[in-house]
Amino acid sequence: MASEHEEEVRVLGKWASPFTHRVVLTLKLKGVAYKYFEEDFANKSDDLLKYNPVYKMVPVLIHNGNSLPESLVIVQYIDDTWTNNPLLPQDPYERALACFWLKTLDDKILPAVWNACWSDGRDKAVEEGLESLKILQEALNGKRFFGGETIGMVDIAASFIGYWVDILQEIEGLELLTIEKFPKLYKWSQEFVNHPVIKETLPPRDKLFAFFKASASKNKDSTA
Amino acid sequence: MADEVILLDFWPSPFGMRVRIALTEKGIKYEYREEDLRNKSPTFLQMNPVHKKIPVLIHNDKPICESLIAVQYIDEIWNKKNPLLPSDPYQRSQARFWADYADKKIYDLGRKIWTSKGEEREGAKKEFIEVLKLFEEQLGDKVYFGGDNLGFVDIALVPFSTWFKALEIFGTLNVESECPKIISWANRCVQKESVSKSLPDQNKVFEFIADVKKKSGVE
Repeated sequence: MASEHEEEVRVLGKWASPFTHRVVLTLKLKGVAYKYFEEDFANKSDDLLKYNPVYKMVPVLIHNGNSLPESLVIVQYIDDTWTNNPLLPQDPYERALACFWLKTLDDKILPAVWNACWSDGRDKAVEEGLESLKILQEALNGKRFFGGETIGMVDIAASFIGYWVDILQEIEGLELLTIEKFPKLYKWSQEFVNHPVIKETLPPRDKLFAFFKASASKNKDSTA
Repeated sequence: MADEVILLDFWPSPFGMRVRIALTEKGIKYEYREEDLRNKSPTFLQMNPVHKKIPVLIHNDKPICESLIAVQYIDEIWNKKNPLLPSDPYQRSQARFWADYADKKIYDLGRKIWTSKGEEREGAKKEFIEVLKLFEEQLGDKVYFGGDNLGFVDIALVPFSTWFKALEIFGTLNVESECPKIISWANRCVQKESVSKSLPDQNKVFEFIADVKKKSGVE
């Protein structure tokens, strides 16, 4: 939906965050121009406090003065507003299924896998992480992407699994998402990171590695 | 072709109530099936293998899980009458945000209030009131969150009004004195047939919660 006046689209985010990445990737897939501002959490900007008074977190999207927090709410808004290249299925039932996976990713899968990554290899946490990856692989159901032949909203929402997990598991010496354990999901992650639009949006691997390694050391020091 | 609509539900569940309200608002005939959550049926486990939770809406043999997703699905399929979500994308995303906020906060805080004691309970009560006050701010002078008609946020939130008596007795939390606007909004909602038919009596819910508390050994 193009308007005659210039659209003002701004994103408040953090470069290392997979949630910020969801928003950035969606805007890129839709071909929407935007301005990006990096938030410093030690010194939250007036804009952040103004535009997300409820959670005071990123990402936040500001579109022509209207603000929205929560990455999945934002991604659905972008999909509703810029209707080219639809990211959700047209059929209402298929759409409900996709929304179910979006919610399950945020409520269950991502927290379990995140915990497994930082668990120091604790059995229960790793087991739950692996169980969640198994559920996600089943949701893929042999397709190339969750969206079918092309990237859809569930693929975007699963970017943490597609890219971040590989880095975190290397830092922690864990084996969570591997070709042996989850061949189909692993293959999806390779398609994901090599997708021509997606790969331009991913934060550089070495930078992310250094960022999370430093954060891991800090956590270990504080608990020692 | 007649639609076959079944709802797998559990009578005190606020999440189940949401779907009941949506179906009734749209005038949809459906079969209500009570699931005993302590003795889950094989059909139920087949319909929601990932979370094993109610409600599950089954439309022509196709299961839809997660109450807010089921409500949106109902709104899309039966779209000729009583729209539940705004048509404007920004208004729609605001409705999704506030319904999601209710999901993230109300259930867990409410449970904490009647299962905890002392400082933990006081903390939960304080936060619960802050959450309700935010909703009051969102409501403003409107009749419903949806404007002149019942909308998505109303449906997401009003089932929790069945907890108010339990919160008062077990949590010494008087919602009416802290958030009178929420009480008057809830009373307006209950005037609507779709809501009054879908919400069980507050006293029955209170007794159910008392029973759960006793069984889990919390005084």
